[in-house]
Amino acid sequence: MERVKGNIIIPGTAQGDVLASIEPLSFWGGYDQHTGEIIDRRHPLSGENGAGRILALPFTRGSSTTTAILLESVRRGVSPAGIITDRADVFLALASVVADEMYERAFPMVAVESEIFARLQSGDKARILEGGVIEIDSSQPS
Amino acid sequence: MDIQLTEFDKALLAGEEGPASQMAMRILHRMLPVFGVDRFMDVEAAHIDSTVYMGVATMEYAERLAELGAKVRVPATLNVSGVDEHGWQEWEVPEEVAANATRQMRAYEAMGCIPTWTCAPYQTEHAPSFGQQIAAGESNVIGYYNSVIGARTERYPDLLDICAAITGRVPAAGLHLDEGRKGTVLLRLTDVPTALQEDDAFYPVLGHLIGRMAPDGIPVIEGMNVHPSNDQLKAVCAGGASSGAIALFHMVGVTPEAPTTRAAFQGMEPPRIVEVGMDELRASYRDLSTAQGEHVDMIVLGSPHFSIDEFKALAPLVKGRQKAEGVDFLVTCSRTVRMIADHVGLLEPIEAFGAKITVDTCPLTSPMLPERISHLMTNSAKYAYYSPGLLGVDVIYGRLTDCVESAVQGRVVREEGQWNV
Repeated sequence: MERVKGNIIIPGTAQGDVLASIEPLSFWGGYDQHTGEIIDRRHPLSGENGAGRILALPFTRGSSTTTAILLESVRRGVSPAGIITDRADVFLALASVVADEMYERAFPMVAVESEIFARLQSGDKARILEGGVIEIDSSQPS
Repeated sequence: MDIQLTEFDKALLAGEEGPASQMAMRILHRMLPVFGVDRFMDVEAAHIDSTVYMGVATMEYAERLAELGAKVRVPATLNVSGVDEHGWQEWEVPEEVAANATRQMRAYEAMGCIPTWTCAPYQTEHAPSFGQQIAAGESNVIGYYNSVIGARTERYPDLLDICAAITGRVPAAGLHLDEGRKGTVLLRLTDVPTALQEDDAFYPVLGHLIGRMAPDGIPVIEGMNVHPSNDQLKAVCAGGASSGAIALFHMVGVTPEAPTTRAAFQGMEPPRIVEVGMDELRASYRDLSTAQGEHVDMIVLGSPHFSIDEFKALAPLVKGRQKAEGVDFLVTCSRTVRMIADHVGLLEPIEAFGAKITVDTCPLTSPMLPERISHLMTNSAKYAYYSPGLLGVDVIYGRLTDCVESAVQGRVVREEGQWNV
C-alpha cells in the first residue's frame, strides 16, 4: 500500500476502485448522468462506469456544462465517490460545492503532483482520507 | 492563503444584501481557493450558460436562487435553453423536459437576465468590447470573448456564472489579468496553402486541432495569409473549446492582442514551438468524422448559433432547390437572428428548400431528434465533436456547400480537393 498526500480541493473522505486516465474529459457528452457510464467515444475510458469509483482525471476539457452534468449525477446517486486530479479543477470542484448547498451531498476532491497522478491505474483501490491523504492499493505487482 | 474580502464582499456573505446574494457569494467564496487566488474583482457583464437544462438539479438550482429573490447586478445575457420555447412540439421533446426547461427559463428571466437564448451572444447588440471584464459561461463564448474581442473572462462553469452576475464579483484570477493572457505555445502554420485558408472548411478543422495540441494552453497561431471572418473565427473557438479547453488563443495579425508574435507572448520567447502542416490538418479533418460511406439522415448547421452572414451564405446555395426526401435539414439560431433573416427575405428560400429552423436551443441541449437519425452531417466542429457521445449518432464533417449538396443528393458528397495538397 502506498500513502500519498495531495492538496485538498474539497474536504471529505471516500473509498472505491480507481478509474483512471491521463486524458482530460468533458462530462457533458462524456459522462452519462443516468448511469455513470463514460460516453465520450473518443476517450480511452469510453464504456467504463464512474459511479461510486474514485475517478482520476487530470482536468476537465470542453464544455462549461460539465459541472451541471456532475451535479445531476450526484442527485441521481451515480457520481464518482471521490475525484483525484493533477490540478485544481474549478468545474469539478463547483459541482461538489453546489451539491453540498443544494443536497448536502459533497464528494471529496484531492489534487496530486503529476508524477503521483501518472501512477494511478484503473483497478487500484484508493481511500481518500482527511488532510488530503490518499491510500492506494495497487492492482499491479510492484 | 489569507483571503482579502472587501466590505461589500463581507456584506454579501453576511446576508445583508438578501439571501440570494448570500448564497451566490457563499458559493464564490468556497470556490476562491480553488481558483488559487485570495481576492475578488468586479465584472461589468455576464453570459449565463447555467440556462442549459440538464435535469431536475439544474432547474432546482435556478428556482432556488429565483425564490430567494436573486437579481443580477450586471447585464447578463442568456445562453441556450433546453427547448425551443415555441417550437418544441414539432420535435420529439418529452413534455416533462419541455415543462421543466421552461420553468428553468422563467427562473433566469425572473432574475433580470436578458433573454437572448443564444450561444452566440457576441453576434448580438449585447457583445462586450475590448478589455471589458466579463463572467462568461459557454466554452465557445469564453473563447470568442477572449480571443476575438479581447474582452476578459475566465473559463466559468455553469452554475458559477450566475453567482458572478448576482454579485458582480469573480475571483481575480487567470484570464482576467494581463499575466494570464500570455501565449503558452507557438503553433506555426507551415505550407498551408492560401486557398485552404480561404475555405470555410479550414476553420473548424484548425479549432479541433489546436484543442488537441494545446488542450489547456493559450496557443498562438502564426502563418495566416488571410484575415478570417468573424464566423470563421467563431468556428475556431467552438472547435478548440470542444476537443480541448481553449479559453483564449491568439492569431498573429488577426486577433487584437496579437499584432505580432512577440506581443502574443508579451515580449517573451515562446516556451514551445510546434510546426503545423497539412499532415496534422488532414488528420484533424478525418478525426471530425466518425462515419465513412454515403449514408446521411440529417444535416445540422448552427453550432454555435447561425449568424445573419451565415444565412446570407446559405440562402443562395439552396434557392430554387429541394432537399432529398430522406434527409432532414436543420439550422439552429437565436430568435433575433431568425427574425432578422425572415425580415430581409433570407428564410423564404431556405424553408422552401425544406429546411427547418430551431431557435433558443440546439439538438445537443434539447432532446428533440427522432430515433431514426443515425448519421448527422454538419459543418460545425462542435456538433461533430459532441454528437456521437450525446446523441449516439455517427457524424460526417463537411463544409457548408458539401452539406447542401449532400442534402440535395440524399447521400454524403464532399469536395475534398483542398485537403489533398
